[in-house]
Amino acid sequence: MVVQALKDQGVDTVFGYPGGAVLPIYDEIFQQNGIRHYLVRHEQGAVHAAEGYARATGKPGVVLVTSGPGATNAVTGLTDALMDSIPIVVLTGQVPTFMIGSDAFQEADTVGITRPCTKHNWLVKDTDQLSGIIHEAFHVATSGRPGPVLIDIPKDVQFASGTYTEKAKAKVSHYQPQLKGDMEMITQLVEALETAERPIFYTGGGVINSGPGASQLLRELVDATGIPITSTLMGLGCYPASGKNWLGMLGMHGLYEANLAMHGCDLMINVGARFDDRITGRLDAFSPKSRKAHIDIDPSSINKVIRVDMPIIGDVGHVLEDILKVWKARGRKVNKEGLQKWWHQIEQWRAVDCLKYKPSEKSIRPQYALDRLEQLTKGRDRYITTEVGQHQMWAAQYLGFEDPNRWMTSGGLGTMGYGTPASIGVQVAHPDALVINVAGEASWLMNMQEMSTAVQYRLPVKQFILNNERLGMVRQWQELLHGERYSHSWSEALPDFVKLAEAFGCKGILCKDPADLDDAIMEMLNYDGPVIFDCLVEKHENCFPMIPSGEPHNKMLLGEASTKDAIGSKGAVMV
Amino acid sequence: MSPLNIKKGSTKHSAYNLRSTFSDVQETHTLAVLVANEPGVLARVIGLFSGRGYNIDSLTVAEVDHAGHTSRITIVTTGTPQVIEQIKAQLGRIVPVHEVHDLTVEGGSVERELALIKVEGSGEKRVEALRLADIFRAQVVDSTLHSFVFQITGTPEKVDAFVDLMRPLGLVEVARTGVAALSRGV
Ligand SMILES: Cc1ncc(C[n+]2csc(CCOP(=O)(O)OP(=O)(O)O)c2C)c(N)n1
Ligand SMILES: [Mg+2]
Repeated sequence: MVVQALKDQGVDTVFGYPGGAVLPIYDEIFQQNGIRHYLVRHEQGAVHAAEGYARATGKPGVVLVTSGPGATNAVTGLTDALMDSIPIVVLTGQVPTFMIGSDAFQEADTVGITRPCTKHNWLVKDTDQLSGIIHEAFHVATSGRPGPVLIDIPKDVQFASGTYTEKAKAKVSHYQPQLKGDMEMITQLVEALETAERPIFYTGGGVINSGPGASQLLRELVDATGIPITSTLMGLGCYPASGKNWLGMLGMHGLYEANLAMHGCDLMINVGARFDDRITGRLDAFSPKSRKAHIDIDPSSINKVIRVDMPIIGDVGHVLEDILKVWKARGRKVNKEGLQKWWHQIEQWRAVDCLKYKPSEKSIRPQYALDRLEQLTKGRDRYITTEVGQHQMWAAQYLGFEDPNRWMTSGGLGTMGYGTPASIGVQVAHPDALVINVAGEASWLMNMQEMSTAVQYRLPVKQFILNNERLGMVRQWQELLHGERYSHSWSEALPDFVKLAEAFGCKGILCKDPADLDDAIMEMLNYDGPVIFDCLVEKHENCFPMIPSGEPHNKMLLGEASTKDAIGSKGAVMV
Repeated sequence: MSPLNIKKGSTKHSAYNLRSTFSDVQETHTLAVLVANEPGVLARVIGLFSGRGYNIDSLTVAEVDHAGHTSRITIVTTGTPQVIEQIKAQLGRIVPVHEVHDLTVEGGSVERELALIKVEGSGEKRVEALRLADIFRAQVVDSTLHSFVFQITGTPEKVDAFVDLMRPLGLVEVARTGVAALSRGV
């Protein structure tokens, strides 16, 4: 029945790990062909793989795990998906209904444990309700602000036969979030957009979640109005990095021009972003002179941290379509003169060239490694996942994304160990594409067991490890904020990654000389199978620009980048 | 201002409320939350309050429509206007929550609470307790030679006042139901 319901929902891929409490479902899986099951090596890996799959396809990712430890191992992945609004449906086995509450073997209060880290969850007590709940679960996971849901299915409910409800006949859900934005408010926003002197689009993951159509509409609106656009970490790709209005990512490690434009704008149009603290910095100094519009499908995102003047509750795609319609109908007006001055100002900020670095001849600087990776993979059918740390921020800064759904990273939760399984999920969705996990050595070790999954299913994922032998991001904070006391931020006793690759049955490449880097990257790209690439990089490199926590956007540390006249001679701290 | 066609009382669109939401003033609001009567809803509501650090002054819950599987949760909560707006939006986001009403801003409401109050004493104090109970229209629902249990209904303020008066007269124990509330009129 479970398999039938999944097929009815169009599912053809499941990531999972069996155990006593899900054996009946695994037995069903064994006896059919329509659904392909990928056996991971750890349940956390299953959920991250499903997240990668979901972000790369726009379809919900499906996970099947057993009760007790299977379910608790999935918790980090669920929380990650909740924070980043990724649609995931997790099925867990449970001890039989008559044993629930008796501390039975491998019993855990799964719905209790996962209640705060799912959008919704269900414990199915009656086989007759099973299919209906599965259909409802897919509806909840994918509508409104997407998120993870969990269905806990006791073993006796799996065994019993019951009546099956088809998807088309399932009860209409009470949960129907509003999609269309309020027209009066949209008109007000268009009016503001027509006259603004210094407008900016501040976009986020909501654009990606709304689907490729939303990105298309965004591009049309941005290009037609000539308004500059920046994006959060989660929104990269919603507007092409090569697009003429692109300012680059904003936020704590965002670009100088993007952050200063946010600080100095007079109209901020937030499209599917949520004023996260990594974006806003100090709240009372956040973009003090602007009127703010906020388009979001989740009413609770609005006025949560930043008070906005024009709240628009609705789906990004629907709202952008209406904005375009109204703007065109009113004669496609913009404040040409104001925009021209604004762009002039932005060009000055841009001239600071905040990502500039000097390549070294002796060692590989991480920025250089990513620069080369970008140059050698640009234009390919490429998907990038990352782990969490400095390498993640450098990847966001130095790699360019032309399309949505090509960049998967753990933003809200910042989960080390996300990237490897996510890259597997992406590769499953796009078997012929180039999938690269840009990793740090410490994060990579957290879910490296999944290489075994990659080898088993011949998934040619490339693990590009920027190995600084440090918990680099932690080390950077200790350097800047804790008097250079490097408490436990060393990666000691690291494995030999090349030998490790061989042990897994894949290819290992070691590179430490900048002169060899291009050849080594090409070797990785040309190898038809999974690769672990150990790129030894400069150990004490810091990630800049950086807005120290609790500081406003204009107090940005630029590090070694050229600061021109915009910054005092000491050059480190912006005023 | 309510540009959307919002059903009166619905606060799912609380972002449209133009009151200054970022003030420091603490306000007490009574919220009526209609939920699907399914396992775990109450845990979700309570988990929301504890997880996000909101206050619960009182909370009552009971099924109100058996056929429709609907329960009504009445929550009295205190916070700044911004926090109250967040609470309503967060409640509205819970999947089995069907409606959220802020009875405090949606025009008048009637609020009632029931309390059982045990008082022990003899002589003059016992007589005085009984006299006050009469004034407050509290009923005696249990009595021994040395004690009474009073039942009182009314606004939380009225119950507070009665409990305070009983304190010097031998108050032993209080059980309160928490507030049940309905908007006035239709
Ligand atoms: C599961 C988890 N534990 C701890 C952290 C805190 N943390 C953030 S970045 C980081 C260091 C990551 O090191 P590495 O993967 O080598 O990346 P680098 O910063 O060196 O590029 C740590 C420990 C985290 N984000 N996730
Ligand atoms: Mg590292």
